[in-house]
Parts: sequence; structure tokens; C-alpha cells
Amino acid sequence: MSTSYLTEKITKALAQGRKAVMPYLPAGYPTKEAFWKHIDDLDAAGADIIEIGVPFSDPVADGPVVEQAALCCLEQNVNLAWILEELHRRRPTIQAGIVLMGYMNPFLQYGMDKLARDAARAGVNGLIIADLPLEESNGPRKLLQEHGVDLIPLVGLNSSPERLRAHAEEATGFVYFVSVMGTTGVREALPEQLQDALTQAKQIFPIPLALGFGLHAPSQLQGVESVVDGVVMGSALIRHIDSTGSVGSFLAPWIDSQ
Amino acid sequence: MKKGYFGDFGGRFAPELLMPPLLELEEAMARIMAGEPFQRELADLLTHFVGRPTALYHCANLSRELGFGLWLKREDLAHTGAHKINNTVGQALLAKHMGKTRLVAETGAGQHGVATATAAALLGLECIVYMGAEDVVRQAHNVQRMELLGATVRPVDSGSRTLKDAINAAMRHWIAEQGTTHYCLGSAVGPHPFPLLVRELQAVIGREALDQIQARIGVLPDQVVACVGGGSNAIGMFHAFVPHAQVALIGVEAAGDGSPGCCHSATLSTGTTGVLHGTMTKLLQTVEGQILASHSLAPGLDYPGVGPEHAHLQALGRAQYVCVTDDQALAAFMRLARTEGILPALESSHALAYALKLTGTLPQTANVVICLSGRGDKDLEIVRQELLKREG
Repeated sequence: MSTSYLTEKITKALAQGRKAVMPYLPAGYPTKEAFWKHIDDLDAAGADIIEIGVPFSDPVADGPVVEQAALCCLEQNVNLAWILEELHRRRPTIQAGIVLMGYMNPFLQYGMDKLARDAARAGVNGLIIADLPLEESNGPRKLLQEHGVDLIPLVGLNSSPERLRAHAEEATGFVYFVSVMGTTGVREALPEQLQDALTQAKQIFPIPLALGFGLHAPSQLQGVESVVDGVVMGSALIRHIDSTGSVGSFLAPWIDSQ
Repeated sequence: MKKGYFGDFGGRFAPELLMPPLLELEEAMARIMAGEPFQRELADLLTHFVGRPTALYHCANLSRELGFGLWLKREDLAHTGAHKINNTVGQALLAKHMGKTRLVAETGAGQHGVATATAAALLGLECIVYMGAEDVVRQAHNVQRMELLGATVRPVDSGSRTLKDAINAAMRHWIAEQGTTHYCLGSAVGPHPFPLLVRELQAVIGREALDQIQARIGVLPDQVVACVGGGSNAIGMFHAFVPHAQVALIGVEAAGDGSPGCCHSATLSTGTTGVLHGTMTKLLQTVEGQILASHSLAPGLDYPGVGPEHAHLQALGRAQYVCVTDDQALAAFMRLARTEGILPALESSHALAYALKLTGTLPQTANVVICLSGRGDKDLEIVRQELLKREG
């Protein structure tokens, strides 16, 4: 199997002596037009992979900031067809890897087969489906893989070594490690047991390991630098956009500090 | 059949962080709940605390008017006034055996919240109940009951501020606190094993009803009827009758004000297949998979999804699902009050309204058993306002 584009992106960042930087923004936030400007700016600022949130009305794994942002996008009638169509048009000018992150139902209604085809055509490199656990993932994964799209697994502090190993047998691209027992949203401190859990996961997964949920400052990585290959920031980016109106220098601390 | 599925419906579409507690719960069902000591303890609580068996009441007055035999399985006589207590006592007991110290629950009408708070108080567990901010207003009386029972009620202000948003909030809480907390889910919905767990705990309704009707009239009923929101009273009522093909199973959904395009709660009648709250089932949704807000006069039916086993029974043709409007339910509420001296919950009034429509269509020898899932005291304010509206 050829190396995943997402794996390559992360490996390239690591080769530059830094973690891969992976901002998350719900599609259409804060407006349809501004969203694509923000994507271009994140890309220009050095984002390695951009996670585009596919808004869903009932996002159980998200905290209030992402939920409100997603509902704001839905009010503007953002849907998967629009995301994929716009992406298809704009993808040639975007350097970063592109991952769609969302919930099962909008993907299911679009049609998994059609999604795999259209996502590949639009230059999507991977999918994260927050409410699709390992047990239900075989069908979607195979369809996506046929079109070269990775299905990125989410694992966490409570994932047993057995479950991590089972994920590791299937996973391509990278693995998304959820830093906290909870939903998305900025936390001041990350849990104490994170270091051990990440170390264990790092030993089990042959692909890069990205850390997400709760991240807002590079200093939070103290103690886990050696086992994390990439970082995902969502709520912190949304807040930054809310207060400044632009992406501005949001990524700079993550890229420059490393 | 795939694990945790009822035909094509069910499954476990939950965030990976919820898989360990879901697997733990599944294991506890097999190891603890299936065992003789647990079942003995549960049976004792159902008899002496809940007040089971509940009566099977023959509505003599209404039967004369309708032209067939009408029977009510009186879950309104169970402790706390609804079938919900069967489920919460069972889950609380299981949680306690699992070593959990806290229950988290969601509630729409407030009945499940009250039942959870009650079971938690009985078994010495902490209790947190999420409730849509709109429902907190609609069911202020039940909020007070929960607080008196020692529970903390947390209003949910996001989304449509009703039951589905309360479920989202409760699931989020469970993700974060799974070590100490059991999520006492209130209906036969959610990821596996919840639809199975709730069905098993509510199946006592149908088992009793089947025995009672046979003891009274010596034959099986022609129809068994129950209202369906998430569908826990209905699946509990239906389960024992499913193998008896001659008994028609009728689930009654809420059609709101009944006008075309009205946001209603008739998921099985008008919905499409999708994934919500961890399960593949029928949903009220847009073609793009966004969940629609539901509406019903009865807060307990105000949910855009339905238990996956109902979707399966519908697909099999074993159960039939029909719709009743707010007005028809309200008329049924009034009629039962006046003819039999019973105030039914607005949820149960939907099931009753279906039976009223059968007037003159069944032979006199026919028997229809309705699950009267709860009592109507909680709905007095809604009923008062609706009557004022209609008078005004």
C-alpha cells in the first residue's frame, strides 16, 4: 500500500523538527465566504493538515464552542454537497492535507459510496467520524480506502491496549488521540495520565499520532512532546476568529515555538 | 444478525470514548442482571416499592360507548405515576451492583427524571438530570419533584431546548464521568445495549398484561396499543405479545397539530432511516441528515427518533404505527376523565385516541388493551392552557 498523503504531511513536519499543525474549522464558519478565506490563510500560515468540520445538528462529542459554530453554519445552509463542490474548485491552490470531520448521519444520508467518490474527487485525504467506533467502521473504511481516503480513528485515555491494537490493524493516515475524557473545548490543564496513555498508544500504532481536544497553547505539550506527532486545535481557533475576525497569527506559536 | 441489531436497526454509533462504558454495561447485563440474585432483588423492589403488578382495568363505561371491550394496563398506578419507574429501578440497581455512585439522566416530560431521582434516592446514588430548557418550563411541577428527591436538574439551552438536546448533554456528561457514573437512559433508544436493556426492564408490562387478560377473559386480545415517542412503554407492552401473531400491535405516534409541514413527532410514520444518539433507526431529518425539531402536546412524545426495535417491528410488518393529533389526544384525555374517572398522561392519551377512532369498527367480542403509560396530573397546566386556547 502506498503511503498515505496525511502520513507524508506529518512526516514532513517532523522532519523539519516540529509537530504537524492541524487546525479545525467548521465549514462555513463564520460565513461561507469568510470560511474559505480562513482556510487559505491557515494554509498560507503553514497548516500541515486542515480539518474541515461538517456541521451536524446534534454533535454529542463536541463542547459548546464547536456546537454553536456548527449551528451557525447550519443556519447558512452549509451542507456536504456544498463543501465538496467548493473544495473541488479550490483544492488545487491548497497545500495542506484535507480531512473532513463530522458525524455519521450527514455522511450516511449523502451515501457512503458517493461520499468516498466525491471526497476523493474533491481532494479530501481523510475522514474523521466522531460517532463511528471500530465495531461499525469496516464498511465505510473499505469504501473510503478504495478511493484513497483514510478513515482516521479516534482513541482516548480509556482505550484499552486490546482496542488500540485492533484499531492499529486497520488505521491509515494518522490516529487522533483525544486528550481529555470529555468533549471538545479548551482546557487549562491536560490530564495527568495523558503521558502514559500516549506512550502506550505510540508503541502500538505504526502511524503518526495527533493530539486533539482542549489544546490552546504549545506549553500544554510539556511532557508529551516526544510522543505526539501532530496537534489539532478547534475551539481555540474559533474563539480566536470570534475575537479578531481573522486567522491572523493563530498558528504562529505552534509553528515557531517548536 | 449483527450484534446489537434488530434486523437493520440498532447498533452502536457512539464516540470511541463511550465504547468502554458501553461494553462494561453489556458485560454487566450478562454477568449481573441475568443472575438469580439480581432478578430476585429486582422482583422484590417491583412488588413492594413500585407496586407491581399494576392493574388491568376493564373500562366498562367506555366499552359500552365504543362497542368493544377496552382495557387499560394501568402503569399510571405504578410508583411515581408512570411506567418509567420499571426501567429506572432496574438500571439503578444494576448501576449499584456495578459499583457506580451516580446516575445521570435526561428527561422530556419529567417523568423519567422523577423516576430516576426516585430510584437514586432509594438506592443511595447521586442523581443529575438534564432537561431541555423549554421542558423545564412546561414541566415545572416535575422539576420540583426531582429536586425534592435530591436530584440536581440541569436545564439545557442548546439546540431546540427539548429532549434530544437533553440526551446530547447527558451523553456528554457520561463521556466525562464514566468511571463513577451510569447513564440511566430513559427510553429504548441509544447505542447497544440500551434498547435491549430498557426493553428487558419494561417487558414486565406486557408479561403481566398477557397473563391478566387471559385470566380475565380466557383469550388473547385482538389489539394491543401503546403510544410511541422513544417507545419504551410500547416495546415493554408489545414484547410478550410479539410471538402471538393473532394479536395486532399498534404503536401510536404524535402528529402534532396535524397540518402538512407541521413539525411533529411521528418518526415511524413519516421519518427516514439514519443515525441519532448512537443508534440506526427512523428519524425526522432533512435529506442532508440534519435532525429536525419535533413537536407534540405530550412532552414525552416530543422526540425526533424512535427505539430501533420499533423500526424493526415496522419493517417486519409485525407492528403497525399510526398517528394521532394533539386535538385528538386532548379529546381522549377529556373523555377518559369523564367516563372512567381516570386522568391519563397526554402521551397515553394518544394511544387512547386511536382506540376511540375504532368506535363501531370492531365486533362486540373484540378486546383492545391499551398501555396507559402514565397519569395526567403532570399535564394539568398544558391541558388548562389548551382548553383556554380553544375556548378563546
